[in-house]
Parts: sequence; C-alpha cells; structure tokens
Amino acid sequence: MVDFNRFTLANGLKVLVHEDPTTPMAVLNILYDVGARDEEEGKTGFAHLFEHLMFGGSVNIPSYDEPLQRVGGENNAFTSNDITNYYITLPAENIETAFWLESDRMLSLAFSEKSLDTQRNVVMEEFKQRYLNQPYGDVWLKLRPLAYEKHPYRWPTIGQDLAQIENAKMEDVKAFFKKHYNPQNAILVVGGNVKTEDVKAMAEKWFEPIPAGNKYERNLPKEPEQVQAKTLTVNANVPLNAIYITFKMPARLDPTYQVYDLMTDIFSQGQSSRLYNSLLKEQQLFSDINAYISSSLDEGLFIVEGKLIAGVTMEVAEKAIWAELEKMTTTLVSDDELTKVINKSESIMVFSEMNLLDKAMNLAYYELLGDADLLNAEIEKYHSITALQIQEAAKTTLQKEKSSTLYYLANA
Amino acid sequence: MLNRTTAPEFKQVNEINFIAPKAQQLANGIKVFTVNAGQQELVRIEFIFENVNYDQSKPLQAVTVNSLINNGTKTLTDKEIAEKVDYYGAFLQTEYGADHTTITLHSLNKHLVSVLPIVWSIFNESIFPQHELDIFIQNQKQKLQVNLQKNDFLARKTFANTIFGNTAYGSDIAAADYDTLNRADLLAYFKAAYKPENCIIVAAGKFEEKEFQLLNQFFGQSWENAATSSVNQFHFSAVKGSEIYIEKDDAVQSALRLGNLTINRKHQDFAKLQILNTLLGGYFGSRLMANIREEKGYTYGIGSGIASLKHAGYFFIATEVGTAVCASALTEIEKEINVLKSDLVSAEELDLVRNYMLGSLLGSLENAFSHADKFKNLYFSGLDYSYYSDYIQTVKTISPEEIKAVANEYLDWNAMTKVVVGKK
Repeated sequence: MVDFNRFTLANGLKVLVHEDPTTPMAVLNILYDVGARDEEEGKTGFAHLFEHLMFGGSVNIPSYDEPLQRVGGENNAFTSNDITNYYITLPAENIETAFWLESDRMLSLAFSEKSLDTQRNVVMEEFKQRYLNQPYGDVWLKLRPLAYEKHPYRWPTIGQDLAQIENAKMEDVKAFFKKHYNPQNAILVVGGNVKTEDVKAMAEKWFEPIPAGNKYERNLPKEPEQVQAKTLTVNANVPLNAIYITFKMPARLDPTYQVYDLMTDIFSQGQSSRLYNSLLKEQQLFSDINAYISSSLDEGLFIVEGKLIAGVTMEVAEKAIWAELEKMTTTLVSDDELTKVINKSESIMVFSEMNLLDKAMNLAYYELLGDADLLNAEIEKYHSITALQIQEAAKTTLQKEKSSTLYYLANA
Repeated sequence: MLNRTTAPEFKQVNEINFIAPKAQQLANGIKVFTVNAGQQELVRIEFIFENVNYDQSKPLQAVTVNSLINNGTKTLTDKEIAEKVDYYGAFLQTEYGADHTTITLHSLNKHLVSVLPIVWSIFNESIFPQHELDIFIQNQKQKLQVNLQKNDFLARKTFANTIFGNTAYGSDIAAADYDTLNRADLLAYFKAAYKPENCIIVAAGKFEEKEFQLLNQFFGQSWENAATSSVNQFHFSAVKGSEIYIEKDDAVQSALRLGNLTINRKHQDFAKLQILNTLLGGYFGSRLMANIREEKGYTYGIGSGIASLKHAGYFFIATEVGTAVCASALTEIEKEINVLKSDLVSAEELDLVRNYMLGSLLGSLENAFSHADKFKNLYFSGLDYSYYSDYIQTVKTISPEEIKAVANEYLDWNAMTKVVVGKK
C-alpha cells in the first residue's frame, strides 16, 4: 500500500505527496506526458534528445547538475515511447533545492547552442553504443516498423537514424518545449521524509507562478487492424540466428492488460516457465528464450524472442514456439500454474515498496493512467484473473495473421 | 517577486545512522547477522560461501557449481525446485563473485517455512545431473560467443586478465574451458565449499526471533558436505603499464578500459582515494564527464571506479567513444589525471564533492537490505563501523593538498594498462 495526498495547482500542475518518515531522503519525480509517439516523422528521436537538453541550463540557473550535487543530490531521467520522466534524490532537508531547479526548467530553458551541439553528439554516441555497436543492437530499429505501419510506435525512442538527430535545430527545440513542457502536461510527485503541507507551500511558491500554457491534445494515427502475417529477414554479423515474433495487444488501460502480462509470465518468467522448460531444456532448440509485453499506453506488443542453438533450423525453432503459443489457446492453464504467477506478481509488487524512488515513479505513472490509486488496486486485478480469461486473450491475440516475425540471421 | 537566480538555503548532511546487525549463531556455529527493520512482511536471506581450492586449470568450476546448484537434488528435480520457489512467490538467486559465492532468497515471511526446506535440499543434496551440465555448457558457450562481439565485454576481460593473470580475478575464459567441465569436479567442489564452516548468513527485512528459529531448525544441524578445503589466496604484483589494442574492423565506437592495481578498503588511504576517484570520474559532474562528454561530446558516458577485492584493489576508467575521437579521448583522460597531480582542487569543487558524497552515502542507506550491504563491506574487509565514521570524517575534512598527494601516490598514467577494443 502506497499512501499519498493529492492536490492541483491553479496552473493545472498535479501534485502528489507520499510521506515516508522512515527515510532521511526525499525524491522529487516529475513526469511529462510526452514521448517518442508525439514526434513527427522525419524528426524522430526528438523527445529523447530533448530530455538531454533539459540538463543544459534553464532560464535563471546556468547549470542544473552542479547546484544539485552541491546539496548532496543526484538525478537522472528516461524517455520512453509514451513518457519522459525526471527524478531527483536528495537529503530531505534540502528538498527546496529540487523545487528551485525543477520549476525553473519548467518555466523556461536557456536554449544554449553549445548545449544543443554537445548533446547532439552525446546522443549520437548513445545511438552507436546501444543500437549499432552491439550484436543484435538494431533489432528494435527493424522490428518496430515491421509491427506498426501507421502509429508512431513504428520508431524507437532513440530515433530512426543518426541523421535526424544530427539535423535537430534550435527552433525545433523551442517549439517542442512550448508544446509539451508546461504544467498541464506534467505530474509532480514528492516522496520521502516530507510533510504534505510543506510540499504544498513549496509547490505554490515555485511552480504555481509558471504560466499554464496550452494543453496538448494528442491525436495520433490509429494503427489499422492487422489481417496478414508479416515477416522480415535480415543478415548481420552476429554469431547466432535469432527470431522475434510480435503480436498487437490491448493498450495499458484496457481491462485485459493484466491478463497478457500474466500470460507472458506463464510463458517465460524464471526456470519454471513453459518456454524455458520446453524449448530450452527439453527440446534444446534455444539458448535464450523470452516472452514479454511492451506495456504501451496505446495498442502494444506481445513479443516472443529467442536465440537458436547452432545447427537448429529456423523452421524447426519457429514451429516449436508456435506449438507453445497454440497450447495456450487450446488448453486451460492449471490452478497451480495460475496461482504461481499471481503469487510472483504479488511478491514483485511488495518488494518494489522497499524503494522510495520506485514508489514515486509508480504514483506518477498511475496518475497519468487516470488515478494514482490504481497502483494500490493493481494486485487485486491480478488476483481476479481466471484461466478462461487467459485462454480468451491468447485466442484473440496469438494468431498467425496478426503476427510480425523478424528472422535475424548470422552471416555465413 | 520570487528570486529564481539564488539557490535556496541548504545544509551539509550531518547525521548518518548505520544499523549494525545483530550477531548470532546457529546451533552448528554458522554466524548469522540480522538487520531487522522495515514495514513490509518480507525478508532477504543471503547464504555466503567463501570460494575455495582455486585451480587455474579449472577456472569455471566454482561458478558452474553455483549456477547449477539449484538444477536438481536427490529429492527434487530442477523443475520442481523452480516451481516450488515460484509458487510461493519467492526468488532464489545464485551469484558468483571473485571472492564469495552467494545464494540469495527473497521471500514473504508467510512463505518462509515452505521455501527454506528447498534451500536446505540444494545445499545438501544437489546432484548436478549430466543432462543439466550439458545444456549449461551448450548455452554458456553460445552466450560467450555473443559477448565476445561486444567491445566493452572484451575490454573488461582483457584488462582483468592483464592485471590479475589466470586467477579467479582475471581468468581469460574461452569456449574451450567449458568443455573441460565434468560432473566429478563439480561434485568435488560442492562437497568442499558448501558446508557450515565455510558459510555465513546475512538476513535483512522483518527478521525476528521466529524467523531466526526457522533458520536454525533447517540449517543449524550438521550438513552433508564435509570435504576439506582451503580458502583461495592470491598475491599480485603490479604489471608494467602497456597499451593493448584489439582491432575491430566494423566498429563505430571503441571501448576503452584503463587502470591498475591499487589499495583496497583495508588500507588507511582508501577513503582519500575514493574522494579523488569521485573528482576524476565517480559522479555525473566529474572531470572526465565534464570534459569528455559534456564539453566534447565524445561519448555517452565515462566513469572511473575503485574495486575493493579481498586480496587486491584496482582502479579503472571505462568508456566507449566514437572511433574518430578515440585518440583525442585518451589524450584528454591523460590530461585530467595529470591536472589532479599538478594543480590543487578549488575549495568550491571540493565542497561540492564532499556534499555530494555525504548525500550519496545517506541515500545508499535506504532500507534494511542496504544496511546489510554496508555491513558486508565491512565484514569481508575485516573492518568495524569506525571505518564509516572515519570515512565521513575524511570526506568532511580532506584538504586540496592531501588530494594532490593522493593523486601523486596512486595515479600514474605510464603505469596503467590501457585496453582499446575497436578502432583508433
């Protein structure tokens, strides 16, 4: 159970407070309702590049990191296809520094050319490090445009290619800031050794004077229903053949979302899971095999991926995966197997309450979903899932004509 | 009118409270250290075994025993073990380290009584089936093939082998090493290492008398394994500084790893060296990050660190940089090291680092688990909690002159091993 208090400032900024007196620390987490899905074609990778620029100084404060480190704080951020999330951890008695820094960059950035130059380079090196200079690193650059044809989920957060990052202009930076970085598009969570009344006073002092800005109305192209299987074969300088099969699955807020999450646990969570036992241990077709979901706010992906044992043909490996997928559509999951994955989900949620930053991030994310209280209701949703629901979801989703398959082959 | 240009008042962290564990013993003498704290009804129990009988012709013996220990016992198959652990929502993890091997159990309190017998079976009845070993070898060899295509993996491995040779700290594992694994060696290691005399237990979370009694009930009697063993001992002397270049034609970045043997936590200068390391490359605002990432944009990240092992310490700098700027990056790294040796750090920068390090230490004591982790650092270095009070005192009072002296004592560009994997 993660308790919280909640209020909204006059400019529309939502604020949540989680009081945890057992820690001497505090966390300030701010979620902006913008991700790579809000980018324009041809200017992809921008939400993430922009996240880097948020550390390049704001209108009244030339350096973001330095004053924070000076009060014993640390910070970081991440960008996904859906959101951009910034967080600060610092000794609770210095929490006002976090308000000062975070509110100034919501007010306005410094928009320094030097910072843009540098961060373009840094992000291009990140692109190389994570996507180009790694075996299988470019899988998602290939898989997303295979699985999605219209929806902006067809590009990854890093962007479609290096050139689009290289071409980012200051005018784009300014326009992006104006469009997305305002109080109405943000959720602020303060947690740790703080009192709600103090947080309220500081929020009113530092954030309330920021102009509300215009509410961004999201209107993304809808992905047409897939009616035909899609495949792509690539050859690369990797040691092992690999296969990636994806299916569209319901969005995060769909009532069946948790059913899919649990289904992937049955397939591949840990050494008792089906794919691990059947495909890796018994049939020895794969040295790695996994199933997981993308947890996306719009229609997401259900993914099965594996690396083949040398000498196993792709045909045999693929057939074996499909046999497991089909079993989920034809046979009900047993009570024990269902209880097992539900218990595991419950444990993971209880353990995540050990960590203050996790709690703050979760509150922000569930508030974005509509209500932070959904966080505390989540476990009940898992407890109520039945074997029949899992079978129904499998039947609806795990169909050949709805699949997109990437064959990633080792150069001979 | 709100003044946004002036920073709010702040305080340096003054009080940092450590929770020292309660020390107890099971009936058979196994030491148990418990940090009983936290609201959630859960525990983490770590069974930590010393690594023993190191044989450089069998470098994978200890790690393989650790990986396969939960893959079948006299009474439970590998699948039954996994299913039972998962059924109770528990997590059983095996972790091989250079000095110790750890089996960690995370469990809700209500299920502890059901999962501890599984752990008991693992420590006493593991049989290391040939079938499981065969699968392990096949899959690990494939994973190694993939890893060997990662420049940073290759750089790390080459660096460790250069400074530590063929010891548990530096073994240069090749695919062929997996082919030498056999059941007899695994069983021999298992019998020598997984026994009460070689084990300590560190428990954290809601761990009260009831939980201790459960632990004693299952692990306080005599165990099956009793073969003789000797704990690993290693001695290292500094190798001559050199540059090792592994060329990769298709690289778009080069992985760099530089460094040398150094002191470990037991040495009185260790805290000073940690402060120096923080300045150089130990935090986001460090000199290496400021220069090579934020000023030049050569990399996504660069950092330095000091690792404290039982029989040695080492200092390292690691980054991945664009191939076109690889040589420039090396020049800048050398420059930053030399500046620390020749110039005094300003009071402003040093104060920032002091405050950052104190805040970071405070923040690292988040819950019962992290208090237990801090204790392990001390225990395995033979230190007590005065280490942390001395550390805090040193961070608060070290002078720019002392920093410069430590830089001159411990940093020497020419003595460093410099591994470059990629193109330059």
